[in-house]
Amino acid sequence: MKVTIDGQEIEVAPGTTILQAARMIGGESVPPAMCYYSKLKGTGGKCRCCLVDVTKGSEADPRPMPKLVASCVTGCQDGMEVASKKSDRVAEARKAVTEFLLINHPLDCPVCDQAGECDLQNLSFEHGKLQQRFIEEKRTFEPEDIGDKIQLHMNRCIVCQRCVEVADQLTDKRVHGVLNRGDHSQISTCVSAAIDNEFSGNMIDVCPVGALTDKTFRFKSRVWFNKPFNAHRECTTPGCCGKTTLWMFGNEIQRVTARKDEYHEVEDFICNTCRFDKKDVADWVIEGPRKFEKDSVINQNKHFGKTEKVVIETEKGILQGRDIDRKKISMAEIDYNEKIDGNPVNGKQNG
Amino acid sequence: MGRKILLDKINVPGIKTYEVYRREGGYASVEKALKKMTPDEVVEEVKTSGLRGRGGAGFPAGMKWSFIDKKSGNPRHLVCNADESEPGTFKDRYLMEYIPHLLIEGMITSSYALGANLSYIYIRGEYMWVYKILERAIAEAKAAGWLGKNILGSGYDLELFVQIGGGAYICGEETALIESLEGNRGNPRLKPPFPAVKGLWQNPTVVNNVETISAVPWIINNSGADYAGIGIGRSTGTKLISASGNIKNQGVYEIELGLSVYEFMNSDEYCGGMQTDRPLKALVPGGSSVPILPANLIYKTAAGEDRLMTYESLSDGGFATGSMLGSGGFIVYDDRACIVRNTWNFSRFYHHESCGQCTPCREGTGWLEKVLWRIENGQGREEDIELLWSIQSKIEGNTICPLGDAASWPVAAAIRHFRDEFEYHIRFPEKVKNRDHFVHEPFEKVKHLIAKQEV
Repeated sequence: MKVTIDGQEIEVAPGTTILQAARMIGGESVPPAMCYYSKLKGTGGKCRCCLVDVTKGSEADPRPMPKLVASCVTGCQDGMEVASKKSDRVAEARKAVTEFLLINHPLDCPVCDQAGECDLQNLSFEHGKLQQRFIEEKRTFEPEDIGDKIQLHMNRCIVCQRCVEVADQLTDKRVHGVLNRGDHSQISTCVSAAIDNEFSGNMIDVCPVGALTDKTFRFKSRVWFNKPFNAHRECTTPGCCGKTTLWMFGNEIQRVTARKDEYHEVEDFICNTCRFDKKDVADWVIEGPRKFEKDSVINQNKHFGKTEKVVIETEKGILQGRDIDRKKISMAEIDYNEKIDGNPVNGKQNG
Repeated sequence: MGRKILLDKINVPGIKTYEVYRREGGYASVEKALKKMTPDEVVEEVKTSGLRGRGGAGFPAGMKWSFIDKKSGNPRHLVCNADESEPGTFKDRYLMEYIPHLLIEGMITSSYALGANLSYIYIRGEYMWVYKILERAIAEAKAAGWLGKNILGSGYDLELFVQIGGGAYICGEETALIESLEGNRGNPRLKPPFPAVKGLWQNPTVVNNVETISAVPWIINNSGADYAGIGIGRSTGTKLISASGNIKNQGVYEIELGLSVYEFMNSDEYCGGMQTDRPLKALVPGGSSVPILPANLIYKTAAGEDRLMTYESLSDGGFATGSMLGSGGFIVYDDRACIVRNTWNFSRFYHHESCGQCTPCREGTGWLEKVLWRIENGQGREEDIELLWSIQSKIEGNTICPLGDAASWPVAAAIRHFRDEFEYHIRFPEKVKNRDHFVHEPFEKVKHLIAKQEV
């Protein structure tokens, strides 16, 4: 089947959704997704971030679809034409969804543990409005203890229900779900501190915002201060792949997560033992540094690719070719390692 | 006198019981269908009748039945949607309470047509007394041999169960109803697949409203053509209207589709005119989710024709000048009604009842309610009217199920037709802080204030 998304044609197998087709093409046409998670069955259709405009239904029925459709749950048809990035209606709808999501989600990125790897932060950056029109009181929830490994911050939850699907599909007993209706909906447990399943930690990985965070890592560091490394170990827990990303600060493993792809989806789920209990370097075989997508904040100061020298034209203009002055203000040749009597202190090399 | 199909026998003493119902000719359609007709012939008869779904959407029932997947070989189900909860609509409970065997008869005939051996009536939990009435009626029908194995020796088996819902408006949406029936949280499913292909327990399922199913016995006893002869155009048959508000005779009425709104409003047989001598201000013709109509568009359409009680006439001109027949919740307002408060009240309902599954509905309905509450309580800002318009337009069409639209349309229509009332609330906050602000001083009397300020 041939599908065209934003003018780019691609051949896909029957049963492929528009979102999957867009991800095959890649680039700017890929709709954002907050609730869809390809590794979990039955997700998608809820957040409405991935709405697209189907301008031609198929070869057999070329009529455009009257309403915007959720690309994550709408199957491709042969000859279908879709506008994602190139549709004003879609841009408006995504802007609206972003605004709706930010109504009750506090803008506390500076103190949120998810800052730097938050899908809502990225969505807001791409599609958000400069000013918020919501002036009413925000919805708040009482703090709730759901277990010793995971911290639930319900005020930040956007009810994408990915964690509920994790509980349904990965754990042997369902101990949490959605309570109440409408904007009072909340993720909660029937019994306090009930989440203790061996795979429950995956709820943290699938959470697109900072509603579910790792108690062993909470407030220890910002993610961009950590260095991510691919690592693995021989894990004996059935169902665990043992392949992880270690988030290190020096030689200290501060956090362990599953490995994620460019859409922030895990490649394979891991067990709680790997995630929470193995924080010693000796527990792991470290494969090497982990590469993330180019625009990720996690990549700040961690360029793995080849970088070209930047020529600053303004400097040339200001100095008008006076290279002698340039030398005077340049720090390039100054050795600013701390030294005592010309020797480096404790062998440390700064810079 | 209009022709009665559903409520014809409603005044017969003891019609609630099996003996009286049977004596009055009840269950004849089951006999006729099972002994003389094939299931396909029953479906054809319903198709010929032009019967449209009476739950609100108005989709042709026969066509819906014909979509059911018979090739899969999976068991099929008929589910009766008795989760009546649209504000202003109270017709289904009337049928079930006073003539329960009519629904059961319709369920048997319809189930036979669909080849369903396991059928359900899903009723909202608040209708507990009606649930008990239905349970008793089903037991009577079963004892008389109308349910169970080999009904009338035809080889057809049917079990019929009544299931009580938890009492959520969203469970009236067919896929949410199915979810609830399966024992899950009542969240709407994404369509496709439609229930006719994958419904209850992934089996082909038809979900019909109480009133729709109750019309089937008459269609089979008489004929689809006879039913199609009642009404006008594509609006065939009769319709139950639950009338409330500032009219003399509130209640449930059966009308022939095609009756003029004027006659329904003013004839003694139906509403009997306005309750007092106060002028008519607005009308919600089809339950709270449909757009409100201002006085000048109630009796006449935009084209200047008489407004009729039909699907087409009530929606004439789209939402700019029309509304919908919807579920038939006919709510009348006189000039003391505050449209802003009324809209806030509806919004409060949709906010409370949103299932919370999709973002625009979950967050947008709450936002609408909060802004409307502020305006109604004298805390509105000038930009709030545009804000309301913007919010409702962002909800409409972007949600999983029609609840988002239902929350959005009343707000849009209220702003479209009664914008000056919103402006009045915002410009004269001290006047609207009194909850009875339009009771003693109807809007028409204070309207000049807005004009004065503009000068």
